[in-house]
Amino acid sequence: MSAKESTRVEYGKTLAQLGAENPRIVALDADLSGSTQTHLFAKAFKERFFNLGVAEQDLMGTAAGLALGGMIPFASTFAMFATGRAWEQIRQTIAYGNLNVKIVASHGGVTVGEDGGSHQALEDLALMRILPNMTVLVPADGPETRAMVRWAASYPGPVYLRTGRMAVPVIYDDSYRFQPGKSSLLREGDDVTLMGIGVMVHACLEAATSLAREGISARVLNLSCLKPLDWELVADSARRTGAVVTAEEHMATGGLGSAVSEVLSEHCPARLARIGVRDTFGTSGKPEHLLKHYGLTAADITAAARRLCRQKAENGGAPVVEPAAAAQGKTR
Amino acid sequence: MNAIPDEAQLQEVARQVRLDIVEMLYRAGSGHLGGSLSAADILVALFFGEMRLEAGDPCWPDRDRFILSKGHGAPAYYAVLSRLGYFPREELFTLRQFGSILQGHPDAGCTPGVEISTGSLGQGLSIANGLALAARLNGHGRRVYVLLGDGEVQEGQIWEAAMTAAHYGLDNLVAVLDRNRLQIDGRTAEVMSIEPLADKWRAFGWHTLEVDGHSIPELLKAFKTCRAVKDRPSMIIAHTVKGKGVSIFEDQKKYHGVAPNEEEYRQALKELGTA
Repeated sequence: MSAKESTRVEYGKTLAQLGAENPRIVALDADLSGSTQTHLFAKAFKERFFNLGVAEQDLMGTAAGLALGGMIPFASTFAMFATGRAWEQIRQTIAYGNLNVKIVASHGGVTVGEDGGSHQALEDLALMRILPNMTVLVPADGPETRAMVRWAASYPGPVYLRTGRMAVPVIYDDSYRFQPGKSSLLREGDDVTLMGIGVMVHACLEAATSLAREGISARVLNLSCLKPLDWELVADSARRTGAVVTAEEHMATGGLGSAVSEVLSEHCPARLARIGVRDTFGTSGKPEHLLKHYGLTAADITAAARRLCRQKAENGGAPVVEPAAAAQGKTR
Repeated sequence: MNAIPDEAQLQEVARQVRLDIVEMLYRAGSGHLGGSLSAADILVALFFGEMRLEAGDPCWPDRDRFILSKGHGAPAYYAVLSRLGYFPREELFTLRQFGSILQGHPDAGCTPGVEISTGSLGQGLSIANGLALAARLNGHGRRVYVLLGDGEVQEGQIWEAAMTAAHYGLDNLVAVLDRNRLQIDGRTAEVMSIEPLADKWRAFGWHTLEVDGHSIPELLKAFKTCRAVKDRPSMIIAHTVKGKGVSIFEDQKKYHGVAPNEEEYRQALKELGTA
């Protein structure tokens, strides 16, 4: 697993391939085409690429109009500006209208790095997950990105897909097939389930390897289709293992941790630890340093899993209410 | 396509549309009266005298497209759509009721003929731009029309979209601005000045015209002029009176978003004449 690919670069390449295959594919950007990687499409299909300038609200509205006119628009900018600046345009025009618009937003999470808190989207998944008609996808690596982008182009409805800035280890091979509403079981285990999304999927796999050395058997799921969530597999895994750790490069509220909490609360209460950013904004720094700073590493997942397994041993099968401030000083 | 009716016929249609608006709102007990009445002549001129449509078939693939960006003008829009045969006239009187095909603001998922859901102001011009770009990519001669409110142009997104339409030279796009000079909280000049309006659109690169928005001949002539414009989008600033057609509603901010009471309803019927 030494090869690394950036999900945003794989998006850009796949979009350009799709452009050659289907004349209805169009791309839009808001002055960030070099970063989001839509520049590859722009270069190959100049007449089907629309730069809207620094105007994210207009970006979403124009994409909506192109979809109404029979095109398959991919609209890209940074995750923060796509979902923050233009949330209401996405809500009112794209989601309410159930339009065939693909929002592929790059630079999700703290691994944006040096640009700092203003540019690190930690709320985008919450903002998109709340919307009816919206499908929310967070690929974990290059092959999954390619499969998801291809699926999105073939699916007639609104899709939000988050890509990241930095290169991440390749997990899948090109035989990977994406199915909406399904998640993939990456590793079998009995004691705890690690449920990851995006860059945290690989961290979950690393954590499972360390836990195995301690005699803890960890099941690992990639919940890359955040909406619709594969709640049956989530519930089944919680039932089998009795303990769940969620891991996301996002606020611990509103995204994967919340989605899994909802499933567990309604279907099968189980011990849960949420790895995510705790009620704070991002900051400038090197991506690896920031992941460590915000407690988003394999070591953090391992420690949370170990703690849940210890509690399970001490308290028997029933879930317990944890004391406040268990994980990182703050609770939310 | 049907033959284009003459101007006298269109004026009669506009009178009927106004009667429908008053009746719909009176029965619904709520809704946006003033901005529906101000837009009635614009919509009638557009739908019956300008746009390529197939009566009775809202999904005809070659139709021109219309976006009601000022979504609160829905009653006028619905009255026009029912007259085009897109749904039975009786449906008009279910406006705003639970389960109605006629929502408080346009919902494309419910109403035959409505292209896109609107109601949150400032968004329709961007959508119209996208439609105009799609028509160009398809090599389709379709034209795209959008109706804006005057308070609506206080939204920043309108000016983002104004730049986009000019940048891409969208000469298949016509925007009409219902300049009735009132918004919910009062006169536009007092709430947030938008003048000099025509100069602004011209400065943004638009072919800009000003017309009497209650004169169907002027509106039709303006639409015709816009067809000859190349490489630029067109803006028709239609000067109107909010509540037009019923003296007690005219130019009164109170009737932005309220239905007539019984006394006002009787008065309106008297002034508009019988159906």
